[in-house]
Amino acid sequence: MYPPSFRYYRPTTLQEAVSLLQREPEARLLAGGHSLLPAMKLRLSSPSALVDIGRIPELKGVRRQGDGWVIGAMTTHREIEFSDLPLLPEVAARVADPPVRNRGTIGGSLAHADPGADYPAAVLALEATLRAAGPAGERTIPADQFFQGLFTTALQPGEVLTEVRLPDLGQGWGWAYEKFPHPASGYAVVGVAAVVRAEGGSVREVRIGVTGAGPAAFRATAVEQALSGRPITPEALQSATQGAFDPAEMNSDSFASAEYRAALCRVLCQRAVQRAWQRATG
Amino acid sequence: MVTAEQRYIGQAMKRKEDPRFLTGRGTYVDDLALPGMVYAAMVRSPYAHARIKSIDISRARQAPGVIAVYTGEEMQRDGVGPLPCGLLLPDMKLPPHYAIARDRVRHVGEIVAVVIADDRYRAEDAAELVEVEYEPLPSVADARKAMEPGAPLVHDDAPGNLCFRWALGDKAATDAAFSQASRTVRLELVNQRLIPNAIEPRAALAHYDPVRDEYTLWVTSQNPHVHRLLMAAFVLGIPEHKLRVISPDVGGGFGSKIYTYPEEVILTWATRKLGRPVKWSAKRSESFISDRQGRDHYSVAELALDAGGRVQALRVHTVANIGAYVSLFGAGIPTWFYAPLLSGQYQIPQIYCESVGVFTNTVPTDAYRGAGRPEACYLIERIMEVAARELGEDPAEFRRKNFVPPDRFPYQTPVALVYDSGNYAAALDRALELADYRRLRQEQEELRRQGRYIGIGLASYVEACGYGPSKVVGAIGGQAGLWESAIVRVHATGKVSVYTGTHAHGQGHETTFAQIVADALGVTPDDVEILHGDTDQGSMGMGTYGSRSAPVGGSAIAVAARRVREKATKIAAHLLEAAEADIEFREGKFFVRGVPDRFKTFQEVALQAYLAHNLPEGVEPGLEATAFYDPQNLTFPFGTHIAVVEVDPDTGQVRLLRYIAVDDAGNVINPLVFEGQVHGGIAQGVGQALLEHALYDEEGQPISGSFMEYAVPRASHLPRFETANTVTPCPHNPLGVKGIGEAGTIAATPAVANAVLDALAPFGIRHLDIPLTPEKVWRAIRQARGEVS
Repeated sequence: MYPPSFRYYRPTTLQEAVSLLQREPEARLLAGGHSLLPAMKLRLSSPSALVDIGRIPELKGVRRQGDGWVIGAMTTHREIEFSDLPLLPEVAARVADPPVRNRGTIGGSLAHADPGADYPAAVLALEATLRAAGPAGERTIPADQFFQGLFTTALQPGEVLTEVRLPDLGQGWGWAYEKFPHPASGYAVVGVAAVVRAEGGSVREVRIGVTGAGPAAFRATAVEQALSGRPITPEALQSATQGAFDPAEMNSDSFASAEYRAALCRVLCQRAVQRAWQRATG
Repeated sequence: MVTAEQRYIGQAMKRKEDPRFLTGRGTYVDDLALPGMVYAAMVRSPYAHARIKSIDISRARQAPGVIAVYTGEEMQRDGVGPLPCGLLLPDMKLPPHYAIARDRVRHVGEIVAVVIADDRYRAEDAAELVEVEYEPLPSVADARKAMEPGAPLVHDDAPGNLCFRWALGDKAATDAAFSQASRTVRLELVNQRLIPNAIEPRAALAHYDPVRDEYTLWVTSQNPHVHRLLMAAFVLGIPEHKLRVISPDVGGGFGSKIYTYPEEVILTWATRKLGRPVKWSAKRSESFISDRQGRDHYSVAELALDAGGRVQALRVHTVANIGAYVSLFGAGIPTWFYAPLLSGQYQIPQIYCESVGVFTNTVPTDAYRGAGRPEACYLIERIMEVAARELGEDPAEFRRKNFVPPDRFPYQTPVALVYDSGNYAAALDRALELADYRRLRQEQEELRRQGRYIGIGLASYVEACGYGPSKVVGAIGGQAGLWESAIVRVHATGKVSVYTGTHAHGQGHETTFAQIVADALGVTPDDVEILHGDTDQGSMGMGTYGSRSAPVGGSAIAVAARRVREKATKIAAHLLEAAEADIEFREGKFFVRGVPDRFKTFQEVALQAYLAHNLPEGVEPGLEATAFYDPQNLTFPFGTHIAVVEVDPDTGQVRLLRYIAVDDAGNVINPLVFEGQVHGGIAQGVGQALLEHALYDEEGQPISGSFMEYAVPRASHLPRFETANTVTPCPHNPLGVKGIGEAGTIAATPAVANAVLDALAPFGIRHLDIPLTPEKVWRAIRQARGEVS
């Protein structure tokens, strides 16, 4: 595969990366490269330059901070898979295959916002916040404002996604990720992440993130509302998900029609919440 | 005659080629570099059907590093001929297929120009600067739509897009059997289009030496000698002895590397014009739109049964999608490689099959692992399964009842073939035993009561391998003989070089052929080097496809090795001053019978053969022999495979739980290599049943143009395979072998499809077309449950 020529920069500080983006407005950030490089090889993407942010120490690793977690944007799927984070290890383990997980990063995946990526469902369900740095300084973006459409996020030109922050989930919380992978690409045809807090045999709080189904990941708010304050039973799940996913809002391709995706949403939603509930109450 | 003992044949030896391949030290075409080498990039049509109004190469020509830009016009001026067709049917249309399109493109991916530059990246950059003005024309991708009145014509001189109409069998007798049948079963089925996807994309490197006026072409070929003949005699008009074709290590073929492709024609032609070596390697995205594709049949099959449930007749009508042009064997695959196999393992008194070949605006189709035989096996095994269900009989016992019994061999089918040997019930029984079939059926019942849908599917296959008796090949329109040749050359030290006309691209010939020679000559496999893939390096040959290497290539080697041993025996007898009839050969030594201390080693005899100081009267010096082996018949491997699946009724997802394969390909040279072939074959067959589909939209745009959409089976899709074999030797070749390269692919598709339809039987679902993708299964279940109208 033969991409057109481009300039290549490898900054070692975040500040340097931000100023390179200002100097090269047609540049793209290079994280793990598992989406961008194939697109360049197919000449679907022809950036004038790549700014490789893979060698910036402050963007790497998972650490505790206060009563939560901070995940550097350049943390690989593999590192997350073997971390003590809530929910995300289960999600990372379903991303592609080990060679991809060793290179690909959570920040790269979130910023790329592929409609079939796994993390978007999880950061929505976790109510994570995302940190971005740009020429005007740093800012925080709540997960539910981050995903705006097909390959579109709240990131502004010249901004670098730096961190994902999550609250710690303690006693009474449970979570699960259910994925229906495309047999070729491995991306989620539909992926549903559920986070549940049980209290006194009922749902105190439930948050459901859905990826793969629509142009951008979304929260299944109708299902969340229907399940709140009730115990989780197969019947409750059946009725809460009934008609909750509208085919008109779903993606459609040669492998899975919008109607089928809506049906998968319903099935995977039931399975994810069921498993999360078992974990929360077990 | 002195016979050989078997010390290495039958041993599960690890492959001699493994260290090289496993450590990444093979030598593939793309690894090669020559001084002054330049690189080609192809400009391909983005349209399925269009008139080329103009091509402006001026910007590309001026791009940095560009050495030449060629269009079809230059090739026409140089008198380069169309690509060859190797199998002709009566009255077929054969429109010329030029390496570079001249005035019209007929499928996405057809080459319209080539850019040659000093660097591959610059060649690709400049290829984007070639400005082609197209006038898009109406197009058609589906073969049945192409036959409809008013469909766009792919070739103006092929009305109705008809390439050929061909039939085999006795129509009147078959129709009569149907009119007397007590029950008939009818099934419409699609055998979907597939992409072969060898792990190594195609590549070529061409070099012209003006001093010697000689060409060398390194190419990813399964059959370098055939490549040379076709390129020299039919396309470029190079004297055959002035073209050397070398096919080094090749990473898989599955049929897709048999043919003469446009790219290697362009390179061989261009290298002489430029006086520089020219290289091209396919990008994977090019493989998806330029490698010949497989299958793509639509069939109507009908089975006539008597009151006892015995099959009386089979009637088949098949529409085969030929693609935009007739590929090398494109007309043979849905005819002679297909219809004769429709009898399967069964005694069917009458069979009639009509095949219609249709042009469409798609990549041409040709042989893909199994080549016609998987299509036949899928058809007969699906309709047998449906028949068993409609009769209320167990599918295993229904098959058994209709088997050709062991005492009927050689068995003449009503569709041309004579099956050489078989014991179908033995393989079926072994498979049922391995599967614990009866218990499996009980478990299935119990799980159904719990709302779980397990399915058990059988496929009892027979295939025809080892093409083939040259006389027969000629009689069916083949433009070649399909013998094989070998040279066994013993050196003065007793080491052995063997030249074979077959080619290995994953088959392990360097090991298995060495085992054959080691036993014949009493040496070790390490003493034997197998050489192949170079037309200047010894033997002639026809190459590797159709599971012919062991039965035809291996037999040629066995015959040549036997000739060597006969000569060595003569020399040994002379040296030992004994009669030839008194010489015994064991453990690499020629003994005088009954005198254990009087012997000559094979190495001593080899040295004497070359010293030639003391040879028997009339015996020439040296120790080597050549054999041309032309088989007496095809070989007919068979077996029964059983798949066990579970269907998730909520998502339609199919999970393959177990896979049992019992194969009989006669004697086994190397059980490890045998099993490896079975494993890979099953994986590909499962791929067709559940995953793979080369899709085109209505306009002929490929939809599954990358591994992001086209699903090949991965390890995670497959269970651990449970394999075994029975042995019914081939009665007509010296090794008793039949060939195992395609069996898995042929059996696995119907076995898995039958299993899925068995799981869906409680819903009343009779048939679904492959691939059985989740949405298709989900929709069928929903419809059956009455959840949609």
